[in-house]
Amino acid sequence: MNGDLLHILQFVISAVLMAGGIFFVIAGAVGVLRLPDFYTRMHAAGMTDTLGAEMILLGLIVQAGLSQTSLKLALIAFLLFLTSPTATHAVIGAAHHAGLKPKLGKYRALAPGEEPLAKSKAKAQAKSKVKSARKSRAKKRVK
Amino acid sequence: MEQALHYLNVGTAMFLLVGMALLLGRLLSGPTLYDRILAVNSFGTKTVLFLCVFSLIIGRQDGVDIGILYALMNFIATIAVLKFFRYSALDVSMNYKRGNRGGRDRS
Repeated sequence: MNGDLLHILQFVISAVLMAGGIFFVIAGAVGVLRLPDFYTRMHAAGMTDTLGAEMILLGLIVQAGLSQTSLKLALIAFLLFLTSPTATHAVIGAAHHAGLKPKLGKYRALAPGEEPLAKSKAKAQAKSKVKSARKSRAKKRVK
Repeated sequence: MEQALHYLNVGTAMFLLVGMALLLGRLLSGPTLYDRILAVNSFGTKTVLFLCVFSLIIGRQDGVDIGILYALMNFIATIAVLKFFRYSALDVSMNYKRGNRGGRDRS
């Protein structure tokens, strides 16, 4: 009876951890696919990758119990915990060093009390904004 | 209970495959080089997870060892590719001067 309860507990903890991990993994993948520019994609991928991997590996450790396998899984979790943020940082650093610019001007937060515009209107406004920004930059360069 | 754990693992593996397919889309359509590197790196992490889950599904623990290997190789490959595209060479020492673009001597 007691053993049964422990098995059910093992299943529930493992299922919760793995479901959370899958949520983060899928959210990160969708973010990488759909966000507008490189830095936002990196933002989606970097954190969800680390947390999702840790949660899935923890779920597997709970399943494997006290054994050699769970030790190896813990080693993988530790390695991913160190290397995943480092790789993210390195990729962003390389992109920044290479001169990749973030997409600015098209998307911005609403000012307090401002109503969100209709889609076409917002697009036109963003376009004119980008154009004026380019013009002012060109002027600065001439000076 | 064994059966339930088995189904849980199979479901996790399938969702991981879905995530990998989405990342493959970004890998094929990435406008810049760095998007592709990001997609490959993320794909590698998910491959490690898939290997671990799969080795528990089939009941053979060898897959976890391969997962350790793959996690290390994935990181080193990412860093190597980034270094190659930054310096156009792999034999640049790490104590380069900052602001020296391209990593070559200016003198």
